[in-house]
Amino acid sequence: MKKYLEGSWAMAEAAKLCRPGVIAAYPITPQTHIVEHLAKFVADGDLKSETLNVESEHSAASVVLGSQAAGVRSFTCTSSQGLLLMGEVVFCIAGMRLPIMMICANRAISAPINIWNDQQDSIALRDAGWIQLYAENNQEAVDLIIAGHKIGENSKVMLPVMVCVDGFILTHGMETVDMPTQEEVDKFLPKYNPPYKLDVDDPMSFGLLGDPTVYAETRYAIQKTMEEVIDLIPKVGKEYQDLTSRDSVKLVESYKLEDADIAIVAMGSVCGTIKDVIDLEREKGKKVGLLKVVAYRPFPKKAITDALENIAIIAIIDKNISLGSDGALYSEIKAILSSDKKTSGFVAGLGGRDITVDTIVDIIQSAEGEVSSCNFVDLNKDLLWDEFKAS
Amino acid sequence: MTKKHFEENLYVSGHTACAGCGQSMAVRIVLNAAGKNTMVANSTGCLEVFSTKAPETAFGVPWIHSLFENSAAVASGVEAGLKHLNKLDEIRVISQAGDGGTGDIGLQAISGMLERGQDVLFVCYDNEAYMNTGIQRSGSTPFYANTTTSPVGKESLGNPRPKKPMVEICAAHHIPYSATASAGNPKDIERKVKKALSIRGPKYLQIHVPCPLGWKSDPAQTIEIAKLAVSTGLYPLIEYEYGKLIKVTKIASPKPVEEYLKTQGRFKHLLKNNEALQEVQEVANKNIEYYGLK
Repeated sequence: MKKYLEGSWAMAEAAKLCRPGVIAAYPITPQTHIVEHLAKFVADGDLKSETLNVESEHSAASVVLGSQAAGVRSFTCTSSQGLLLMGEVVFCIAGMRLPIMMICANRAISAPINIWNDQQDSIALRDAGWIQLYAENNQEAVDLIIAGHKIGENSKVMLPVMVCVDGFILTHGMETVDMPTQEEVDKFLPKYNPPYKLDVDDPMSFGLLGDPTVYAETRYAIQKTMEEVIDLIPKVGKEYQDLTSRDSVKLVESYKLEDADIAIVAMGSVCGTIKDVIDLEREKGKKVGLLKVVAYRPFPKKAITDALENIAIIAIIDKNISLGSDGALYSEIKAILSSDKKTSGFVAGLGGRDITVDTIVDIIQSAEGEVSSCNFVDLNKDLLWDEFKAS
Repeated sequence: MTKKHFEENLYVSGHTACAGCGQSMAVRIVLNAAGKNTMVANSTGCLEVFSTKAPETAFGVPWIHSLFENSAAVASGVEAGLKHLNKLDEIRVISQAGDGGTGDIGLQAISGMLERGQDVLFVCYDNEAYMNTGIQRSGSTPFYANTTTSPVGKESLGNPRPKKPMVEICAAHHIPYSATASAGNPKDIERKVKKALSIRGPKYLQIHVPCPLGWKSDPAQTIEIAKLAVSTGLYPLIEYEYGKLIKVTKIASPKPVEEYLKTQGRFKHLLKNNEALQEVQEVANKNIEYYGLK
């Protein structure tokens, strides 16, 4: 049913439709509305779930680690500093193969403290062993939350899933969302029935000490599983499409790439603006297209190289920066593309700075010019140290 | 380990604890008192390292470890999961940690667990320093103990601070039960675990467990040393209910602290220092007076 909803409400409803038995979270802007809505669903008796108002994000992640290990589907939600505080638990959850669902309301990292959107938080935890899916809009966020459960909980996968949604832009934005019914979701998503769990009738120990004779194999197992997830995402996407008629659960999405001379590559909500710019540029005769990366982990190398195969100029937009190196998406895509392409990286939208139509037009023009790996766009040079003003 | 090994004990031999490890003795008593319908969330520390090196485990009950400071939160999650499954009436949840994982790095998670009223027994095995990493001072290290990070020297008599009062900190949350016990009195541990697990809600039990390696003591004397800590007044055995002290183990004629201190290398530097000995005696005297131990 189509509803005009705040993004956080839509995401909370999507989480509710998946019937989590335990929810634990700690408030942080801009994640708060999501957990507030879930708390209200429980208070009103519309969701049968244990909700734990914990004393930190570290404990939020630890609580869902415990409840998921007890065999109960569990949900958490955070942002920015909260995700970093969870960091060591986030790694542990993947290492213990617990398919927890988390929404990350993407927000910049301190210092300076900044509550606005970029994607530095989830990118900082890209190596943790979580499946990371980035939503362009609230409809996609809803779809990825529901389908993400089915991907992570697959008995051959058993990995946690982080659905990344741009803070404020999506979480506080109002959009029309087509919400699946409970019956549809129940049909799509089976009850959580893990192959192993804490059980007094079959006692097992979880989280053992892994010495040098066994540790590397645990990492290899996750790495190989991630390769399988590359194949699984489109399959679950097809099942989800059969249910909802929406083709939203996928590794990457191409927009007007077939005949493009220039491709922009990006993740998240900025892709909506980019699509508008592409339409405008095409009216002016410039053949620009978009490759939207939905699955960042696992990183869909073949899907990306296939999509960009015939395109000579590539502009990659990162809402993050690996300080001392380049944007994360740029580094990873540059590494898999042939060197005869003109591939440039652009760092944009940090700390909530708007990425406007003009920004994207400038990016396209820059990409056609000299190749640059780490081009900070829209800088206010008045704020820079004198020696940096010239460059 | 096979299932047969767990028929007599829920924590069995084959682990790699040091000879005379008080913590390892106490764990067996705690788990046997708790029974097989128990789930355990364990913090990182000696116990986790010596009991569960992959692919082996010494535990006959469902057991989970993830990190150092979060066992109270993990136990909270296990409890919430069991509640959702309507199994909390039949299954007890224990969270356990060393003194560092409890009162230092774990304090926030424990306070949260207690404040939320979760049906979990938190057991702290108090060996009074970071033994797993090599005998570094913790908030629970006693006054004037020699550790690797509170070393004795020309300018130092060892740890300059008294023990953090964790049992009171927990009791101050007005939880149903907060108590201390000693590896020197297994029957008392058993009674307190059974009592704690008969109560719904959050409980805290702190067990004094000698560490021969860290305390530089004779592994054969672990039980005797633990008893001396109690009988000198240095480790009072006390029980709080809802924030009120309701019971203490009386010591009719307290022994001088020197009898306890001389059993351990960590206090060796105090034995020829009458002034320092008197200061430690004052700690015991204050305990005896404050808790009414006589």
